[in-house]
Amino acid sequence: MKADPTGVLTGVHYLDGDYACGEGAMAAGCRFVAGYPITPSTEVVERISQRFPMMGGTFIQMEDELASMAAVAGAAWTGSKTMTVTSGPGFSLMMENIGLATMMEAPCVVVNVQRGGPSTGLPTMVGQADMMQARWGSHGDYELIALCPQSPQEAFDLTIEAFNLSETWRVPVMFMMDECVGHMTEKVVIPAADEIDVVPRKLTDKKPGDYKPYEVNGKPVPEMVRAGDGYRFHTTGLTHDERGYPVMSVECQSVSVKRLMDKIRLNADQIVRYEEEEIEGADVVVVAYGITARVTRAGIDMARAKGIKVGFMRLIVVWPFPETRIRELAGQVKAFVMPEINYGQMVLELERCAGGKATTTLVPHGGGGVHDPADICKAIEEAAK
Amino acid sequence: MRNWRTPLDADKVKVPVGRVVVINDRCKGCAFCVEYCPKDVLVMSEGFNRKGYHPPEVIKDGECVNCNLCEMICPDFAIFCLPAEDEAAADEGGPN
Amino acid sequence: MSTESDAILAQEHPIAPFLRMDRMPHIWCPTCGIGTVVKCFATALDEAKVDLDKVAITSGIGCTGRVAGYMNLDAFHATHGRAIPFATGLKLGRPELEVVVFSGDGDLTGIGGNHFIHAARRNMDMLVILVNNFIYGMTGGQNAPTTPETARSSTMPFGNFERPFNLPHLAASCGASFVARWTCLHIRRLTKTIRTALNRKGFRFIEVIAPCPTLYSRLNRLGSGLDLVKFYHDNSEIKHGADTRELDIAFQDRFICGNFIDEERPTFLDMMHAHYTEILGDRYVPMSPEGGWLHE
Repeated sequence: MKADPTGVLTGVHYLDGDYACGEGAMAAGCRFVAGYPITPSTEVVERISQRFPMMGGTFIQMEDELASMAAVAGAAWTGSKTMTVTSGPGFSLMMENIGLATMMEAPCVVVNVQRGGPSTGLPTMVGQADMMQARWGSHGDYELIALCPQSPQEAFDLTIEAFNLSETWRVPVMFMMDECVGHMTEKVVIPAADEIDVVPRKLTDKKPGDYKPYEVNGKPVPEMVRAGDGYRFHTTGLTHDERGYPVMSVECQSVSVKRLMDKIRLNADQIVRYEEEEIEGADVVVVAYGITARVTRAGIDMARAKGIKVGFMRLIVVWPFPETRIRELAGQVKAFVMPEINYGQMVLELERCAGGKATTTLVPHGGGGVHDPADICKAIEEAAK
Repeated sequence: MRNWRTPLDADKVKVPVGRVVVINDRCKGCAFCVEYCPKDVLVMSEGFNRKGYHPPEVIKDGECVNCNLCEMICPDFAIFCLPAEDEAAADEGGPN
Repeated sequence: MSTESDAILAQEHPIAPFLRMDRMPHIWCPTCGIGTVVKCFATALDEAKVDLDKVAITSGIGCTGRVAGYMNLDAFHATHGRAIPFATGLKLGRPELEVVVFSGDGDLTGIGGNHFIHAARRNMDMLVILVNNFIYGMTGGQNAPTTPETARSSTMPFGNFERPFNLPHLAASCGASFVARWTCLHIRRLTKTIRTALNRKGFRFIEVIAPCPTLYSRLNRLGSGLDLVKFYHDNSEIKHGADTRELDIAFQDRFICGNFIDEERPTFLDMMHAHYTEILGDRYVPMSPEGGWLHE
């Protein structure tokens, strides 16, 4: 359906990434946000707290991130699209209830405006070191989706995409911004509401009595209901069967947890998104995401000026990782180069998927700033040899 | 339960008579009902239920006053009272 | 007339419509008091004539945390200690819901302590029924924030030396508008208190003391749950309106029950609506009681 106009601030704006993300959430139809302040993400909820009272939304600043994520998991069951916003230290705290939302299959969006870590780290400076945590942060086996914007415009567009993915697949979506994109102010064009496609919360057609919360009937995703509509359903973080009742058995675990994994894994082709430039005939392909993608272009230009055939792949959906495409490319190119503002996270996935058919080089950065394009160029030159 | 004198309207007030129903296999033998029945109508039976517990049984026929205390206090939803005269409803089954 | 045997039992317990009978018998131990509290709650729901479709119950982790799973309502079994913020999300996402949190002492005031005090502070509209058995039962009898001094537990094998919480005082001092304490023995008074609470708004807190035969009672050699319930009979004193500062519980000592606080105070949503209406006037668009579900 088209976006609800009360949430869409149509026009040409000059916004930072955080504000654009907040606008994206409101445009997507998010009407409940629970958050806790943490630099550099606080601006997202500050903006939301200003605009929500005018559009029937409720924002509450909870007492900590644990409560924020729990409230988001709860509100997801009222039919509202919900979101919370945090950075590294808060992300760690939210892991428990991200696991709960994944287990209960509660759609929600968690925005992580990454900063330098670990622990308190560099509160006001950029990092990209939570990428693995986005995928593996909570305990147990599960799959979820993570996106990475590279600009305030994308912070707007991809937030809407994040909500759409979360509704389609009934999974928490991690929106992995970084402090640079979050605090960078650029032109953001917000279109008219009828030009924005949003996936509404789809509720079941079944009547109470016929409905089982986790019955799939061959589809990847079970149908959802709202609390208060008379379905008298039960849901739990314990391993559960189709009725939502806890069942502690090897069989139930293998059926239900596997379904949670397959929901994303078997449908990865529909979820994965990336952008490619000049991959045809390239010797070296540079893979990057977030703010690093923008810096990388400068490095690639420098390398191309030296005559190296360099292709560029920008990851938009980071999890699930574009395994199929990387495996394909690994047979065609000589080397992959991955700059990241961390000491090696997504590069591990890249290397795993390359399978030894192409070399993989990391261009690390501890955080606090972005790469020097010359370093990226140097790595490309080394890889091309 | 004992009255220190006969109430003045004893002839006008009809003391209810109840019928105790025990869902044997749900009982866990806690004995709360036996302990707190105001008319001491129940004892733990000698027999066992399927789980090996002694469910309660009525030993003073006709003395249950349908106060529903056993129904309220049972943690296992294993005992309840029905008004004794309401034979029709009792035979029909289902909650009252 | 004698006790009916299974054969004639097409009849079901009167409270059955409120429970998930396909999950009976429940997991609680013989002489555990939780089942009694559930019966009182279900009876109160019936008597208060609440729209059951609009009641959402949330529990945390632990023995009392299993209550949500047995109630025939929209039921949520959340993570340890997070029942209250989960319930906050439910309430704020769909304000017309009647939200009940039914969980244990360790869950709500140990790991969940922070959420407890803030929800009380905000006077968030929810009914919290806390079953206090003075221990972490399900995980094997560890010390809880309510374990009385000198009581033994598996992590305090030489007796507890920590001061426990006085829960009604905690709730009251944080701003709860309805505070009461009963035991699982006070079945009619508890039912009446829950019934009254269901017709109130704001953060309503009811502590219910119940025996834990398998852990608390066994580790402290207090007999079975029945022995503990007899102890409550002999040692509980009803003092309505008592000062919550006097409500400490010492190990195997006299304690006070009753309805302590029952005040009308604006809830979180009342205050939010009033404030925004005042400041924003016509521009304010409150979330509808039906919630924020946007659909075609």
